[in-house]
Amino acid sequence: MSLIQSLAQRDRVFDFMVPAESPVDVRHGPILYMEDVTVTFDGFKAINDLNLTVDDGELRCIIGPNGAGKTTMMDIITGKTRPDQGKVWFGARHNLLTMNEPEIATLGIGRKFQKPTVFEALSVFENLELAMTADKRVLPTLIARLDGPAREWIDEVLEMTGLAELRRRPAGILSHGQKQWLEIGMLLMQRPRLLLVDEPVAGMTEQEMERTAELLTGLAGKQSVVVVEHDMGFVRSIARKVTVLHQGSVLAEGSMDQVQSDPRVIEVYLGESEEAA
Amino acid sequence: MWLTQPFNERSTQLFIGVLLAAMTLVTLLHVVVPAGHPLHVNAYTVNLFGKYLSYALLAVAVDLVWGYLGILSLGHGAFFAIGGYAMGMYLMRQIGDRGTYGDPVLPDFMVFLSWESLPWYWLGFDMAWFGFLMVLLAPGALALVFGFLAFRSRVTGVYLSIITQALTFALMLAFYRNEMGFGGSDGLTDFRDILGFNLRSNETRLGLFLASGVALGASYLLCRAIVGSKLGRVCVATRDAEARTRFLGYRVERFQLFVFVVSAMLAGLAGALYVPQVGIINPSEFSPLFSIEIVLWVALGGRATLYGAVIGAILVNYAKTVFTGVMPDAWLFALGGMFVLVTVFLPKGVAGLLAYRFKRRRDESDAAPGQEVTP
Repeated sequence: MSLIQSLAQRDRVFDFMVPAESPVDVRHGPILYMEDVTVTFDGFKAINDLNLTVDDGELRCIIGPNGAGKTTMMDIITGKTRPDQGKVWFGARHNLLTMNEPEIATLGIGRKFQKPTVFEALSVFENLELAMTADKRVLPTLIARLDGPAREWIDEVLEMTGLAELRRRPAGILSHGQKQWLEIGMLLMQRPRLLLVDEPVAGMTEQEMERTAELLTGLAGKQSVVVVEHDMGFVRSIARKVTVLHQGSVLAEGSMDQVQSDPRVIEVYLGESEEAA
Repeated sequence: MWLTQPFNERSTQLFIGVLLAAMTLVTLLHVVVPAGHPLHVNAYTVNLFGKYLSYALLAVAVDLVWGYLGILSLGHGAFFAIGGYAMGMYLMRQIGDRGTYGDPVLPDFMVFLSWESLPWYWLGFDMAWFGFLMVLLAPGALALVFGFLAFRSRVTGVYLSIITQALTFALMLAFYRNEMGFGGSDGLTDFRDILGFNLRSNETRLGLFLASGVALGASYLLCRAIVGSKLGRVCVATRDAEARTRFLGYRVERFQLFVFVVSAMLAGLAGALYVPQVGIINPSEFSPLFSIEIVLWVALGGRATLYGAVIGAILVNYAKTVFTGVMPDAWLFALGGMFVLVTVFLPKGVAGLLAYRFKRRRDESDAAPGQEVTP
C-alpha cells in the first residue's frame, strides 16, 4: 500500500521538481551559518574571513565600531552584496549565495533598515497588508482580497507594535519611533524565520527604547532575531549573546559581561564608546 | 469582485453621475431643442465635446502611470497616435473604390506612390473587429516591448521621461517617411464611413460623442478598480519607495509593466475615438510637444485623482478652443500662464481645490466620524 502511495506521488519523482520554498531545515540547530566570508570593495576588505552562526530562536546582538562591516554583513545575508568567497547557508538546506533578493525575502529573512522606510502615502493598515506573505505576482495581487485570518493577523501585529489606534492614518504622520515599530510590524507580517534589525533605537526616546526592547525580546523564541545596535544600554537590556565585529571579522562572542571584560574589545570598541559617553 | 469595487466609492459615483448627466444633456439639447434656439447644441459642438472626451480618456491613461506609478511618461502621444493609426487604417479600407483613384483595395496614397499591393501590415484592416482589436493591441505591444526593456534595466525618473520622449520623436520621424506605408506627412484622411455609418452625418457624430463618453466612463471605472486594488497600493508603494517595495518581495518591474501596458492601451483607445471625430491622423500627433501638453492637462487638473485628469483635459482644451478662436497668437502664453498660476496657487491642481472644499464642507456639516472605509 505504502509503495503504491509513494509511486502515486508523481510530484516527488525528481528532487529538483520539489519547490524551492520547502521549509527551512533547522534540525541541526543553526538557522544562519556563515563561513570564511570575505568581501572586498576596491581593495578594502569590508568583511574578512567572517564566521558567524545564529541558532534557531536566538536573539543575537551584533556590535562593533563604525566600519566594522555590520551593514555589509546584513547586505550579504539578504543578497544585496555578493561575497568574493565563503559560504552563507540558511538552515541546512538553502544556500543564500545562489538566491536573489526577492527569493531570500520570500524564504523568510526579513530586514529592517537603519532609516525607517514606510510607505507614507498609505495607511498603517495598508503598509502591513502589502508586507503580508501572499502571492505577490501581478494578477493575483490585482484580484487579492483580505480574508478573515489575514485580517486577524494584521490586527494581531497592530496590537504587538502598539499601532492599533493609528491603523487608518497615513504612515507619513507617524513619529520616528512609531515608524520603526511599523517597520518591524511589516517584517512580522511576513512571518519571518530570521529577522535582521539594523539600529532599531537610533533617535528614540527612553520610553520608546523600552517599548522596542519589549517588542524584540517578545519575538525571540518564535523567530530568530539579529540586532545591530550602537546603544550599549539597549544592547545590555535585550541581549543574551553578543558578537563583536571588528575590521570585518568576529573579535569576540559571548554574554555581555564576557565581551565587556575582554581586553581586545575594550581596546577597539567599548573603551572608545565609554569615553565618548 | 475587484472590478465592481469602484461603485462603492463616493467620488466614482459622482464622476459617473456627472458624466452620464452631461452626455444626456448634450444629446437632448442636440436632438430635442430645435436648431436656432439659443440652447441648441449644434453638430460642430457635439463633435468638439467628443474630441474633449477622447482627450480626457488620454489624460486618465497618463494619470494612471504618472499619478499612481510615478512614471512621468512624456511619450504617451505615441500610444495615442498608434491607436489612431490603427483606427485610421480601418477607416481607409472602408473607403473602398470611392477614393480619387478608384482602386478597390489600395488607399489613394499607395496608388500615388505606384505600389502594386497592400503591405502585409495593412492586411486584415478591412475587418472592423480586427481594426478595433489592433487599436488596443498595437499600442499595448509597443508598451510591452518598450516597458520590458526599460523597467528590467531599472530605468526610472527623469531618464525614463527622456527615453519616452525619444520614443515618440523617433516614431514621428519614421511615420513622416512615405516608405513606411502610413501616408507620410499627410497621414490618413478622407474617411467615409465607420461600421457603415456615414462619418459626415450628424447622427454618427452624436454616436461617436456618446461612444467617447462610454469609453471614458468604462476606462475610468477600470482605472479606479486598478488603483483601488492591492495592486494599486503596490503601485503607490513603488512610486514612493521602489527599493523597499522590491524588498517586500514584489517584482516591481512586472507591476510597472502591467500598468504601463494598460495605460498605453487606454491611450490607444483614446486615439481611436479621436481620429474619426477629427477626420485625420498624421505624424504630428507623435510630436513630443503634444505628449508634454498631455502631462500639463494632468498637472493642471490634479495628479493621482483620475477625475482631476479629466477636468484638466477638458478645461485646457476648452480654453484652447476659445483662445485660438479669439487671439490665436496668445494661446501658448495663456497655457504657460495657466500652468504657472496653478503650480503656484494650486499645487494639487483643480482637483485638489475641489477635494479641499468638499472636505471642509463635510467637516462643517457633520461632526460625526466619517464612514468606515474598508481597505
